[in-house]
Amino acid sequence: MKNPAPYRRPYFDTQPEYLFPKYASTVKRAPKEPLVVLPHTLSELTAPVFGYGDIKPADSDLTKQHKGEPQGERIVVSGRALDENGKPIPNMLIEIWQANAAGRYNHVVDQHDAPIDPNFTGAGRCLTDANGNYRFLTIRPGEYPWRNHYNAWRPAHIHFSLFGPAIVTRLVTQMYFPGDPLLDYDPMYTCVADEKARKRLVSAFDWENTVPEYALAYRFDIVLRGREATPMENRR
Amino acid sequence: MSLRASTSQTIGPYLRIGLEWMVIEDLAPQGVAGERVRIEGRVLDADGKPVNDAALEIWQANSHGKYASPEDTQDKPLDPRFRGYGRSLTDNDGNFRFRTIKPGRVPGPDGKPQAPHLAVTIFMRGLLKQLVTRVYFPDEASNADDPVLALVPAERRATLVARKKADGLLEWNVILQGRNETVFFDF
Repeated sequence: MKNPAPYRRPYFDTQPEYLFPKYASTVKRAPKEPLVVLPHTLSELTAPVFGYGDIKPADSDLTKQHKGEPQGERIVVSGRALDENGKPIPNMLIEIWQANAAGRYNHVVDQHDAPIDPNFTGAGRCLTDANGNYRFLTIRPGEYPWRNHYNAWRPAHIHFSLFGPAIVTRLVTQMYFPGDPLLDYDPMYTCVADEKARKRLVSAFDWENTVPEYALAYRFDIVLRGREATPMENRR
Repeated sequence: MSLRASTSQTIGPYLRIGLEWMVIEDLAPQGVAGERVRIEGRVLDADGKPVNDAALEIWQANSHGKYASPEDTQDKPLDPRFRGYGRSLTDNDGNFRFRTIKPGRVPGPDGKPQAPHLAVTIFMRGLLKQLVTRVYFPDEASNADDPVLALVPAERRATLVARKKADGLLEWNVILQGRNETVFFDF
């Protein structure tokens, strides 16, 4: 079996370093020894495949997981998953989780004094379609304080976990909302120097996907690493 | 077309909400071929404190050295009951655990076989992107010729090899920083 093409290494200043002292928790958890550059072997170029044996179509509606309606503003969050070569990523598992409308997570560690919503768990899953499109219906999450530094607040965000076709394309990221005044104060959002890279984490207001009388919409496209040109494509 | 990959962000402290539905600590139900093995360990920070909010994901070939992935075109048998993916979330003492089978050998760079190994991806609060590492097996002669282990400074290789604790039970710990720091890869 010939060696398949490896994935591109990150473009500079677009991916965070492990040690980033403005985010205090990195200090005791970031490795200090030099990383060893890993060649992309079959172990790195493969990944598990998930399907409708793993999830149900209803897992993508976070507003219908309990008997009652959750508090807050319903929103549609949708977009497309592509790789760096512009190729859509079909049938990919996407997992999301988030705080409720009041900025409180349904988690024992979250002791923020804001109400838990018994009708909102805040977790969803879906598979991208044949063209890489995904869609969730959820509640707009609230901002919340955290103890990273004095008067620290997280901008409203939704956590995303994506697999992609290879272990090295695995991505966990966060989606933010346009115009959030907290973004520039947030060490997560500001963890990379490239301003365009940051802005790609901010969703866009999405008029076309709004549901009249029901929900506004935000669009969040996600790009996973793409492969370097294959030997075939290099042939002149 | 040339796009740039989306920026990684931390998984944060509330990962359990999003990831717990698919915890897979037992990868190999009855009938899956291969030598059964349990792999257990802890995740510890720079002060030796347990990390209670980490997710460890493993990815491995089946006992024939074949990945259950369309990208693996080797002419080797698939095992329909074995996907080769596991996910464990650490408990309050930083413990994780997997029950699986020892994978077969898969080709490395230039087709040279690699020693049996698990690919490991680690997420936690305090990591702005995942850590990537590997677990190798003790008493495995092929470790000496493994093309990836060969890239690791000799004095640090032991951090990638699990220790035999009992029959069928291996221990492998993740030391994030400091003495005996685990080898992590630039992936």
